[in-house]
Amino acid sequence: MQHYSGFGLVKHGLSHHENWQRMWRNPAPKSEYDIIVVGGGGHGLATAYYLAKVHGITNIAVIEKGWLGGGNTARNTTIVRSNYLWDEAAWLYEHAMKLWEGLSQDLNYNVMFSQRGVMNLGHTLQDMRDIHRRVNANRLNGIDGEVLDVSQIQAIVPHMDCSANRRYPVLGASWQPRAGVARHDAVAWGFARGADSLGVDLLQQTEVTGFRISGGKVLGVETNRGFIGGKTIGVVTAGNSGVLAKMAGFKLPVESHPLQALVSEPLKPILDTVVMSNHVHGYVSQSDKGDLVIGAGIDGYTGYGQRGSYPTIEHTLQAIIELFPIFSRVRMNRQWGGIVDTTADACPIISATPVGGLFFNCGWGTGGFKATPGSGHVFAATLAAGKAHPLAAPFTIDRFVSGKLIDEHGAAGVAH
Amino acid sequence: MSQRNRLGAGGRIDRKRPLRFTFNGVSYQGYAGDTLASALMANGVDVLNRSFKYARPRGLVTAGADEPNAIVQLGASEAGQVPNVRATQQALYEGLVAKSTNGWPNVDRDLMGVIGKLGGQFMPPGFYYKTFMSPASAWPKYEQYIRKAAGLGRSPIENDPDIYDHMNHHCDVLVVGAGPAGLAAALAAGRSGARVIVCDEQEEMGGSLLDSREQIDGKPATEWVAAVLAELAALPDVLVLPRTTANGYHDHNFVTLHQRRTEHLADVAPAADGRRQVRARMHKVRAGRVVLATGTHERPLVYARNDVPGNLVAGAVSTYIRRFGVIPGQRLVLSTSNDHAYRAALDWHDAGREVVAIVDARERPDGDLVAAARSRNIRIITGSAVIEALGKKRVSAAIVGAIDIDGFSVKGSTQELACDTIASSGGYSPVVHLAAHTGRRPVWREDILGFVSGGVPGQIPAGGVAGRWSLADALGDGFESGARAAAEAGLSTRSFTPPTVAPVREGKPVALYQVPHTKPTMRAPKQFVDQQNDVTAAGIELATREGFESIEHVKRYTGLGFGTDQGKLGNINGMAIAARVTGQTIPDTGTTVFRPNYTPITFGAIAGRHCDEFFDPRRYTALQGWHVERGAKFEEVGQWMRPWYFPQGKESMHDAVQRECSAVRERVGILDASTLGKIEIQGKDAREFLNRLYTNAWTKLEPGKCRYGLMCKDDGMVMDDGVTACLAENHFHMTTTTGGAAGVLDWMELWHQTEWPELEVYFNSTTDHWAAMTITGPNARKLLAELTDIDMSNEAFAYMDCREAKVAGVPARIFRISFTGELSFEVNVQANYAMHVWKALFEQGDKHGLTPYGTETMHVLRAEKGFIIIGQETDGSVTPEDLGMQWCVGYKKPYSWIGRRALSRPDTKRSDRKQLVGLKPLDPQLVLQEGAQIVLEKEIRIPMPMVGHVTSSYFSPTLGHGFALALLKGGSQRIGQTVFLPMADGKVHAAEVVSPVFYDPQGARQHV
Repeated sequence: MQHYSGFGLVKHGLSHHENWQRMWRNPAPKSEYDIIVVGGGGHGLATAYYLAKVHGITNIAVIEKGWLGGGNTARNTTIVRSNYLWDEAAWLYEHAMKLWEGLSQDLNYNVMFSQRGVMNLGHTLQDMRDIHRRVNANRLNGIDGEVLDVSQIQAIVPHMDCSANRRYPVLGASWQPRAGVARHDAVAWGFARGADSLGVDLLQQTEVTGFRISGGKVLGVETNRGFIGGKTIGVVTAGNSGVLAKMAGFKLPVESHPLQALVSEPLKPILDTVVMSNHVHGYVSQSDKGDLVIGAGIDGYTGYGQRGSYPTIEHTLQAIIELFPIFSRVRMNRQWGGIVDTTADACPIISATPVGGLFFNCGWGTGGFKATPGSGHVFAATLAAGKAHPLAAPFTIDRFVSGKLIDEHGAAGVAH
Repeated sequence: MSQRNRLGAGGRIDRKRPLRFTFNGVSYQGYAGDTLASALMANGVDVLNRSFKYARPRGLVTAGADEPNAIVQLGASEAGQVPNVRATQQALYEGLVAKSTNGWPNVDRDLMGVIGKLGGQFMPPGFYYKTFMSPASAWPKYEQYIRKAAGLGRSPIENDPDIYDHMNHHCDVLVVGAGPAGLAAALAAGRSGARVIVCDEQEEMGGSLLDSREQIDGKPATEWVAAVLAELAALPDVLVLPRTTANGYHDHNFVTLHQRRTEHLADVAPAADGRRQVRARMHKVRAGRVVLATGTHERPLVYARNDVPGNLVAGAVSTYIRRFGVIPGQRLVLSTSNDHAYRAALDWHDAGREVVAIVDARERPDGDLVAAARSRNIRIITGSAVIEALGKKRVSAAIVGAIDIDGFSVKGSTQELACDTIASSGGYSPVVHLAAHTGRRPVWREDILGFVSGGVPGQIPAGGVAGRWSLADALGDGFESGARAAAEAGLSTRSFTPPTVAPVREGKPVALYQVPHTKPTMRAPKQFVDQQNDVTAAGIELATREGFESIEHVKRYTGLGFGTDQGKLGNINGMAIAARVTGQTIPDTGTTVFRPNYTPITFGAIAGRHCDEFFDPRRYTALQGWHVERGAKFEEVGQWMRPWYFPQGKESMHDAVQRECSAVRERVGILDASTLGKIEIQGKDAREFLNRLYTNAWTKLEPGKCRYGLMCKDDGMVMDDGVTACLAENHFHMTTTTGGAAGVLDWMELWHQTEWPELEVYFNSTTDHWAAMTITGPNARKLLAELTDIDMSNEAFAYMDCREAKVAGVPARIFRISFTGELSFEVNVQANYAMHVWKALFEQGDKHGLTPYGTETMHVLRAEKGFIIIGQETDGSVTPEDLGMQWCVGYKKPYSWIGRRALSRPDTKRSDRKQLVGLKPLDPQLVLQEGAQIVLEKEIRIPMPMVGHVTSSYFSPTLGHGFALALLKGGSQRIGQTVFLPMADGKVHAAEVVSPVFYDPQGARQHV
């Protein structure tokens, strides 16, 4: 793998950039792999990378029907945080946070992880009770966080209207300084390059059309490029997980919904952190390019179209103007949608399935991006060992039967 | 400064109305009818901005929505700032103030430009992914500089003084674009009697006809435009929307139109007739048929240094000359792949300026326009192209060479032609954005070298967007499409004879996108594809070299098409380059997905009136005036404002609440409970529905009786509670929590409509119809008896009874229920009578010690009794049993109920779940923090196991100590144990686990 550095950039600049190598190969599929990862988004690529790097398993294929990182990895609002309420979720997301903190150096690819802090606003007395509860829990779990009063909020976000004149005045906020944003595409590309350099075959434009299953065990996948053998298969296909599960002959307790986001035109720096509000229902940050990156909740109906309904966009911008009336004259440049796989408890499924050798990593719903390295890391361990990594263990499919849910709805009412 | 580029005559400007404006602090003059761009051009201002990445000087490229460079900051005042205005789309007005968005200290001498010049070589696409990684700790500093350098304009930092609104429409035919095809379509549809909306984004309708050289029916095209607009204006069912952009196209022909109502007048909407004007309006249109007549965007050629000011697309040259009476320079070189662009040279020549040469990529150009150029003795250099522009802040010359298109090379020697303007044309791209917003991919047509609509149901592309480019074809297609749209909408249409247009014979264009250079792309001077994002041909080549072969990857790696122009100018050229270097065809490479908006729209316009006080309606009870007069402090509960407490004089909240609590426990208090959700339920299956909805049984509840009920979601977790009264056999009055009312009604409708449609039951929200007053305390009966006409004795009106009666002469429903543990009556009257009844109660109440209390006191009193508040003691993970409310769960009910199955799951049956308990702090003066986490050990270690949290916590004047409710793991087994609460300040509090019922555990006081 070509090492990236500032020095390298100068060297290549002097040779007119004619000597840069491919970031990944474009290989032909082999007939059989030790492990197949279905889905070449951030989570799938991270899974392959950690399988190769941590577990030394390199005879791996990542099968992607489109282009690498083209699903929700390319469509999210790039927020990374770990201030979850319940232990199981907090530990998983904090595991991811720790990996984020060294990821650019580990991958030798600048994923532009920017720890500019995430603020969750409270607008009602109950919001504030919930904020105290969550921040107290975070602290005892070793996750950074504090409760801010209005003057502290105003010092960090001087242009937000924290006055009592708003319809829902801001009463306080939780604040996680280590949280922030990352460059979403770079995460997929960095993992792809890392995985490829360790020998992983990244098979783009390869669509899984079925599973070959015998005696309750999986033997491989049928694809538009023919059969590819693999006795351990990890499926990481987000909004299409239900479709893949159906191919394998079982139903998943997930619903696929559109989740929309939008960006403004690029502006000079005006907002230096991530501001989220469950109550008015919207969140906003400013990218390094200067766009305000904005999102809210899922569209209520289920579907696979990568677009949503207009009223959701209207309401989202109404919420942003409620927080930042100064943005009223800023223009929305583009809107788009992804398909998110939501579960009943707003927590993922990282689990074995009724089919032997077939594992699913899905159900991340609206918040999967932040978990990308952690998800890949624990799923890699799960696939390598054939049984759940301890951090993944609570996230089995069985919990929807037993009732042992990890209900993060209270803490994560807004998509992010 | 005089308008040195203004032509002596011509154009659609009003030379009698000069307008003053300033740009970058310098004062200039233009005319009414100018855009900011044409006015700047008239004044010879070449450098309008600095580019995003390399800080290169940039000028005008186009005259419309596709402009990548002329992005300015508008606004004379702080609150009137408008970031990122395209000067080509901004009408000039008196006193307009504009600035470049980039350039320091100014746009002419920009220091970043030095860095761009020196460092540009080391900033290929994605360079930031490859560096700034070491040391890791330095990244935040690097990022700070990256952020500072990025962005275009700036947000205002004062609140927007303007208002925006929305309007909904249904129409038979929506026509998008009022050029030749659109006007013809609108006319054909309008004459049929169809309800028609026609919109156009420009200041003036007419599109390409406004700068056309051609005649319609033997008259200038603009006369035909005027006649059509006059006829459309006279048709009663035709709505003409100028300055209106169709910015988003959603499923089922739902189209959003953004109308700029005052932006051509001032930066802040001026008043009209003494009234505020709406700055912009979103028209939300559901159209039977949409005629898409959006025309084309001209593609510039991609040659070296094609970004130096003075490089324009050919059509823009004609637009500036013919429409605005302004000419970009003195000496023109035109580089083209087609006949149509010859118009620029003809217009230039006819304006009396020098056309140095037309450089045509084709070996044997042949057509009417070519002949016209030849007849003017304009030099035509064939088989060639401009391969490079010279000049720094303005074009000084064009380097022209013979090219081999297929071999992608320059043949032989090159020549340098001195000039100050280079116009280029590589063909025309249909504006298919609106045909692609709903996910349909455009389709490549080799004959026109452009993508056309992939076909959207209910949408009819007409004219240029459909590849019909001659004026005669566009007009004919427009009439036909308009008539077809009206016919499909069910109207009978007549056939028309389109107006006559002299045919213009045009030769076949050649496919040319990136122009070869004498040096390979990677070594040639920068050849810009997307000027706004500084994306070059070399950048695209590098991206594909590094493995970014999908066009989506190219876009994301290089930034191609990510600008505010969304690649209107650059996308096809970028795809063509990616296709060439990967050895694919353009259709194989495919397009990226176009997304709304077509052009950016303000947040304000999209939000409309739903801002500030209209963001969410604020609801007040009928007694609000009294509460305000009485000095109440308010709490937001859902949409409602509820009195929180009623301080007397300078009383603190603590003191007020203590006083209110004591008043209720010792005398009588009154609470405005009107905000509780109320749902009227009727029908012969009403009782059965309640049985299925609530966890407990309703079969035996007699008329005149009330019952408390719990509702679970299908996951078995408590979602709402309240008292429901049986008024008659098939008639119930349900109450819900204040915040949950709408959700509960939705929930009931959901289950009724989707799961149990066979049940005959009807729901009606009556929350606003009834005002409710809780009269509670030992003196409650005495007080109420003085105002009612019924027997109030305990025997006649027992606990959990309900009665219809008159209170203060007004019909009322009285419920004898208690949320305080005291003797309580909840009086419901029609909201209009509420103030009368409330005042009557106070008239009689003084002698009984009647005290108004708010939600805080209500919370303390109910917590003393261990009564839960939904959302405070529950969070979606709490079962009835967790709350100690198994008495409220009817496992024996014959028909299942919502949540029952979930409650039988192993985890919901665990005995060590988190259960509701009371906490008594060891320090009696201490009030624990709501939200405090509970641990079992005094010694804090991180991480440490948490076993629950404090849900409610108060100081009780009745008990004389602080107390709390909590959810505690295995709590029911821990009564008597001490638990610990570690706080953020390092303190660890201790509390004893006790029963959640602190006061009157036998419930004696409410039964008296």
